[in-house]
Amino acid sequence: MISALRTLGYRTVMLLEHLGHMAAFVGEIGLNLVRPPFRFGRLVMETFDVGVLSLAIVCLSGATVGAVLGLQGYNTLTRFGAEGSLGAVVGLTLVRELGPVFTALLVTGRAGSAMAAEIASMVTTEQLDGLRMMSIDPIDFVVTPKALAMVLVMPMLNALFILFAFFGGYVIGVQLLGVDGGTYVTSLENAITFEDDVAGTLLKSVVFGLLVGIIATYRGYTAEPTSAGVSAATTGTVVTASVTILIFDYVITALWGV
Amino acid sequence: MQRSPTRDLTVGLFVAAGLAAIGYLSIQIGGLSYKGDGGLELYAVFDEIGGLKERAPVAVAGVTVGQVTAIALDDVLRARVTLDLDAGLELPSDSSAAVRTSGVLGDQFIALEPGGEEELLVSGEEIAFTENALSLERLIGKFVHDSGIEDE
Repeated sequence: MISALRTLGYRTVMLLEHLGHMAAFVGEIGLNLVRPPFRFGRLVMETFDVGVLSLAIVCLSGATVGAVLGLQGYNTLTRFGAEGSLGAVVGLTLVRELGPVFTALLVTGRAGSAMAAEIASMVTTEQLDGLRMMSIDPIDFVVTPKALAMVLVMPMLNALFILFAFFGGYVIGVQLLGVDGGTYVTSLENAITFEDDVAGTLLKSVVFGLLVGIIATYRGYTAEPTSAGVSAATTGTVVTASVTILIFDYVITALWGV
Repeated sequence: MQRSPTRDLTVGLFVAAGLAAIGYLSIQIGGLSYKGDGGLELYAVFDEIGGLKERAPVAVAGVTVGQVTAIALDDVLRARVTLDLDAGLELPSDSSAAVRTSGVLGDQFIALEPGGEEELLVSGEEIAFTENALSLERLIGKFVHDSGIEDE
């Protein structure tokens, strides 16, 4: 009994210590964002790694998700003779929920894991120590551009995902199942407003980008300098980021109703 | 850090495409800004507006000419609706406004019916003649009541 309580206490202290380290880490990233030198070239490189290389999987998944939504939505709506609302169903589902969450999960798997593995293997091979030897702050040079790229790229990928999904839904609903094209587009455009839906989707994707960026770089930066440490950092990033994204999705929806 | 023209170009293309997608989503699909110029602000008072919401379209003969910008209760508990219309719109002063529904289950909008007066409505004036929203439930209730069908 006493030992169980002791374990609980130890776990709590460890959790708090972890969160404290993370807060200090985030603070340091924030400081490096506003303090020169601004490493624009590094940011472009990371944008390429995170954004351009994730583009194919995001667009393909978007079109597929849109097609499935079109099919499922049609089958359900047609029972009520409401196929005309297919555009609204596909549009609202994507903009409010599936777009930001799906994109964030895909980017976590595609780019977040790679980010953590890269930094973790730099820790293992003492490259970060090498940077420190040259009095280059690894947080400034390695971590900050990666985290910033994640935040900047996420809303763009999210918007592209949503547009490709609209297209996928259009192909299935209009070309294949025979919903009127004008009705699909009109119901989609009428259902979605900037204030309620588009602003919400952008807010969500920025928050998710922030979460993935911080979790991936932090797990990589604090990895054990062993090969097991690299794999633990990668796995930990994907698991923690995915769960955190889903929890934050609920919290944002509950607080702001988007 | 070495610069690579190809990589820089693809990143540039990616960012341009991403920003264009966000812009398209916000403006075209989200309807960020009402595309007309606005400027003619009129009021209309209704006893019943049904499910009319802010940003609902205002149409003349089916053509959208503006939108609902505010809905409030006035001091005698009627709905006072603010309409923002294209500035160039020449509405006669005896025009009327009605809350209509597009289709059977569609969204509600305000239909303006131009009158025949020479004098035009100017910004800040109130549309005198209004027609309330038609409530399907009330209509059915009235029909059932009037036709004498009663419960046992």
